[in-house]
Amino acid sequence: MLDNTQVERLEAEAVNSAKVRQPLYAARKKVFPKRASGSFRRFKWLVMAITLGIYYLTPWLRWDRGPFAPDQAVLLDVANRRFYFFFIEIWPQEFYYVAGLLVMAGVGLFLITSTVGRAWCGYTCPQTVWVDLFLVVERAIEGDRNARMKLDAGPWTARKLVLRVSKHAIWLVIGAATGGAWIFYFADAPTLAGEIFTGTAAPVAYITIAVLTATTYTFGGLMREQVCTYMCPWPRIQAAMLDENSLTVTYNDWRGEPRSRHAKKVIAAGQPVGDCVDCNACVAVCPMGIDIRDGQQLECITCALCIDACDGVMDKLGREHGLISYATLSDYNANMMLATAGGSGSVNPSLVRTADGLFSDKVAHFHIRKIFRPRTYVYMGLWSLIGLGLLYSLLTRDRLEVNVLHDRNPQFVTLSDGSIRNGYTVKLLNMIPEPRTIVVTLQGLEGAEMSVVGIDHPAGRSVPISVEPDRLKMLKVFVRQPAGQIQGTAQTFKFRAEDKASFESDEYTATFNAPEIAR
Amino acid sequence: MSTEHIDDVSGISTTGHEWDGIRELNNPLPRWWVITFYITIAWAIGYTIAYPAWPMLSSATSGLLGYSSRNDVKNELAAAELAKGKYVAAIQSKTVSEIAADDALREFAVAAGGATFKVNCVQCHGSGAQGSKGFPNLNDDDWLWGGKADQIQQTITHGIRFASDPDTRISEMPGFGDIITPEQITQVSAYVASLSGKVQDASLIEPGAKVFAENCVACHGANAKGNREFGAPDLTDAIWLYGSGEAAIAAQVRAPKHGVMPAWIDRLGETKVKELAVYVHSLGGGE
Repeated sequence: MLDNTQVERLEAEAVNSAKVRQPLYAARKKVFPKRASGSFRRFKWLVMAITLGIYYLTPWLRWDRGPFAPDQAVLLDVANRRFYFFFIEIWPQEFYYVAGLLVMAGVGLFLITSTVGRAWCGYTCPQTVWVDLFLVVERAIEGDRNARMKLDAGPWTARKLVLRVSKHAIWLVIGAATGGAWIFYFADAPTLAGEIFTGTAAPVAYITIAVLTATTYTFGGLMREQVCTYMCPWPRIQAAMLDENSLTVTYNDWRGEPRSRHAKKVIAAGQPVGDCVDCNACVAVCPMGIDIRDGQQLECITCALCIDACDGVMDKLGREHGLISYATLSDYNANMMLATAGGSGSVNPSLVRTADGLFSDKVAHFHIRKIFRPRTYVYMGLWSLIGLGLLYSLLTRDRLEVNVLHDRNPQFVTLSDGSIRNGYTVKLLNMIPEPRTIVVTLQGLEGAEMSVVGIDHPAGRSVPISVEPDRLKMLKVFVRQPAGQIQGTAQTFKFRAEDKASFESDEYTATFNAPEIAR
Repeated sequence: MSTEHIDDVSGISTTGHEWDGIRELNNPLPRWWVITFYITIAWAIGYTIAYPAWPMLSSATSGLLGYSSRNDVKNELAAAELAKGKYVAAIQSKTVSEIAADDALREFAVAAGGATFKVNCVQCHGSGAQGSKGFPNLNDDDWLWGGKADQIQQTITHGIRFASDPDTRISEMPGFGDIITPEQITQVSAYVASLSGKVQDASLIEPGAKVFAENCVACHGANAKGNREFGAPDLTDAIWLYGSGEAAIAAQVRAPKHGVMPAWIDRLGETKVKELAVYVHSLGGGE
């Protein structure tokens, strides 16, 4: 029935299998992932192209903001304390938008994890993407799994030296490009690129590139799966995020066991035999170097390459895809109950099939409905709520602000005509990249007039102030109230700032102090 | 310990230490840890060679890189001086009125003058320049010797009634206790108080005005508005250096008090005096 002569049998052993498990102090067992091909591999190529494309190209996107602001679409201008993201400009005091986005990213991660498991780890985590990229280089230079293993085990020949040196050189170049792209987010990319290559950029730029080159090279090239297994806290946390309805990469032993390399003999002996031919293809392609058939484990980043590898084998054997597949624990458990006749015996794959070899109707398959359950509704709701809140606050936020600080020393000054004067530091925030004329007006405080130091305008109830684009203007304002109109030692009034062109306005409540005697 | 003891459960040798049958496993240190440890040792040795480190008899090794925190401070101070240089040069070459009219220069001078004020002037004029009895409030619009920037500069430069400066501002009101009768003092005090407020006995005003016209107009002026040439205060406004009210005025008529302010030019130099003048002028009462 099973013709497994066409299937290449690979010698592969999981790095964490019980047979070879070592104390934690043991040196790393090298992993030589074999190239996989299939739909998940194609999807991963696509995700890699998109994520790397976003990372490397974003700083080069332009966005016209007029003559008074930089034209880089995404720019973290640390020196001027501004963050530009396309049409959004964020001042330091608006950093809660970034905090909100981080909270959304967190809740989004919970949502993704509770539905499709460790998709973040398997597809989009920078560690995964860069390791994938580094493996592309390694395969191109040293060949696929067997060639690499042979090279690694062999003596140091001139060929080995050349291959190794060129591999590490290209890795370092990728690392430098990674660090180089990072700094472009913090300064005008074309200018900085010119400065980098002419050696005139700031030392911090070179230091950042050096540090990120080192981390990219070390994590992506040298440490690889160890970063995920030993350094990353997320695998530990994610275990708490998964439940029986989360999709994980699963070896379906209810149809695979008992695995056998000699199916014909076993069948001839009248024993049950599963779909797994123990070819180890799933182990050979695993970038983490593990055996998914040992069950769900901490090391598994659910990159689904073993699914591709196994599906390829199943094609050759003429069996259905999905011996290794994305499955939920509840489906898996149901199918296991079926295959073990209610948990009473060992797996008998014939129990899940009908007489003509097809899967019986009782076999559970994943249904998209399972994504929608109370838990994921809560995550979706929370995520959308925060998102809408941020959006609302972004669309209605002030681009004009006034802040006032009352002089404390002296609190008030008596003038020669008996009137009382108070001093204020008034800060006008023009948060758009356009110059504006902002009219500052006194509200309340009967009979009072104000004058602004350095502004050539007669004292009055309102004074127009021109404010530079995207700047804060600090004014020294003196407010003076005639003796006869003073009501109490502490009167409250408002400074109102208004842009007469856009009708934007803001107010600040301040206090006017006067001595007892002036009443 | 002569024989090696292997732990049965883990198969790892023990250190030979034993407490009540409990033995300590001799797990090797992780290799990355050991390597890091050796790197830090190498780094430390290199560091002590490159930077000042080893104490000697009279000083310490200076290090190959020639680093010293004192030099750093010196360089930073020099850089700060250099940065201030263009402002200081402009302040030296311009008059105080010109400085006050230039936004950038005024900002610098106000900051610098404010610092000088905090060290030299607050003892009498107060930390907010608000003054106190006998010491003028510099925030208001009443000036004994003039409130223009150059007049303020003149006052700070040479002081007031400061004997050792020949150009100091001098004026002295005689003690009228010996010149006019106590009754006349009461009358003139009532008159002066009436110029800016109410008095208890309005009948004193008219004779007081006569006393004023005979004795006071020479300095304070016929309209009692004062005269800045002599530092004679305006008697019609709401600001009283030695207290308001008839009693305080009478005391001042009888035996006047006179404040003294030192000349600051020798102590501070011209640049700092200019900065101070611009600062005082900016407090809100400058003319």
